[in-house]
Amino acid sequence: MAKVEIKVNGVKQSRNVEDRTLLANFLRDELGLTGTHIGCDTSQCGCCTVHVNGRAVKSCSVLAVQVNGADVLTIEGLAKGSKLHPVQQAFSECHGLQCGFCTPGMIMATVGMLKDTPNPSEEEIIHGLEGNLCRCTGYINIVKAVKQSAKMLRGKKPAKAAKKAAPKKKAKAAKKAKKSKKAKKAAKK
Amino acid sequence: MYALNYVKVKSLAEAAKMLASNPEAKLMAGGMTLVPTLKQRLAQPSHLVDIGALPELRGITAKAGTLTIGAATKHHDVATSAVAKKAIPSLAYLAGLIGDPQVRNLGTIGGSVANNDPAADYPAAVLGLGATVVTNKREIAADDYFQGMFTTALEEGEIITRIVFPVPRRAAYAKFAHPASGYAMAGVFVAQTSDGTRVAVTGAGPGVFRWKAAETALGKNPKAAAIEGVALDAGEMNEDIHATREYRANLVRVMAKRAIAQLR
Ligand SMILES: Cc1cc2nc3c(=O)[nH]c(=O)nc-3n(C[C@H](O)[C@H](O)[C@H](O)COP(=O)(O)OP(=O)(O)OC[C@H]3O[C@@H](n4cnc5c(N)ncnc54)[C@H](O)[C@@H]3O)c2cc1C
Ligand code: FES
Ligand code: FES
Repeated sequence: MAKVEIKVNGVKQSRNVEDRTLLANFLRDELGLTGTHIGCDTSQCGCCTVHVNGRAVKSCSVLAVQVNGADVLTIEGLAKGSKLHPVQQAFSECHGLQCGFCTPGMIMATVGMLKDTPNPSEEEIIHGLEGNLCRCTGYINIVKAVKQSAKMLRGKKPAKAAKKAAPKKKAKAAKKAKKSKKAKKAAKK
Repeated sequence: MYALNYVKVKSLAEAAKMLASNPEAKLMAGGMTLVPTLKQRLAQPSHLVDIGALPELRGITAKAGTLTIGAATKHHDVATSAVAKKAIPSLAYLAGLIGDPQVRNLGTIGGSVANNDPAADYPAAVLGLGATVVTNKREIAADDYFQGMFTTALEEGEIITRIVFPVPRRAAYAKFAHPASGYAMAGVFVAQTSDGTRVAVTGAGPGVFRWKAAETALGKNPKAAAIEGVALDAGEMNEDIHATREYRANLVRVMAKRAIAQLR
């Protein structure tokens, strides 16, 4: 037996558990946080993804004692009261789920990915969700939801609000340049 | 999982002592191989000796023509390290191909090299670059270290502390990943040094191996065309439901050519 103290979604939790207790079971059985799903129990599906000290991991493949003293974030810790996290909102709006079983893991993996890659290409999204399986959606709407989440998260950053005007202008200028190139091409034809 | 005793050690010396006094104890780094093994009850260690957080086993440094990576350094840290990308970009690229983000956030280079899975990626780089595996007892050249499927030169209780890679002129890794598991069906690491070219193959055979005939054909100035007709014994390859021996042998040649075309 071991005394395990983990900060889960900002709240310190302390339990005496067997050394072989998996983090996924610690969260579900000891704390009642059943949003973390166990899909395969063999580190393949990613349904059990949570963040440990800010990094996404598969909680079915980590011992609770291994992360003693760590900060753990689960799907239950994302929303602020009734206000969904932008990634949750995007999954809802883009229909990035059907049965919803993979969704907590998909969302936690997406939050992790967008930390490293705030503006991912489609290829980067697919590579970034390689550890998560979905048996319903065919992934199309999941990729859509990730793209929208990324947009929402980037738009939200207050520090960039002041600088926003400049890049917009640039984008417009680039568009104009493109247009004039197109026009030239058309003229050539 | 059988009941076990978990110990987070505070130093390498403490880890060595634990292993010496408990012959059934097992080291743990990221647990990405070990925890699934324990869950399947394929192992029953008396103790898990966690060395994953020891600062002396972490870190990536480059100096005087070598890149040194601490044994407990995570795949993610190698994949994203500016130092690694500058010294041996193909090694950082390889680290980014291992498993998935969640696995890369926990799995370590030491755990991968100690485990020596016949389809793992790091062994191809360690052998291809002719790296040195440094343990708490000695230094082992890659050519002596890998001894076939899940077998290495490590002795009971020996702990890998770091891997020292000589910086090559150019190198590249090409991997044909199994579409479900992500492990290599064939992965080829090619390194061009001042002495010649080394070609290491993972995933295709019973363990990582050097394709020596290709190395000779490539010489100091590797060109993909040079390995076109070079002998590769399909009889030495693995055969399973995923691929025949002949198919795997062909994959090795194709991956080798791709790697040569991408040397940087
Ligand atoms: C879903 C999934 C996909 C994966 N895909 C790939 C892939 O595509 N390519 C690939 O290469 N790997 C893959 N892996 C394996 C992954 O790279 C593992 O992280 C790695 O093999 C083991 O590293 P670890 O730190 O987790 O070791 P652990 O699981 O902690 O330990 C593994 C073994 O090494 C021993 N050990 C650990 N550290 C040391 C040390 N310093 N000295 C001596 N012995 C030590 C342990 O005792 C144990 O026997 C995958 C794993 C999973 C779960
Ligand atoms: S339940 Fe953890 S990866 Fe499937
Ligand atoms: S929505 Fe059903 S598994 Fe993904």
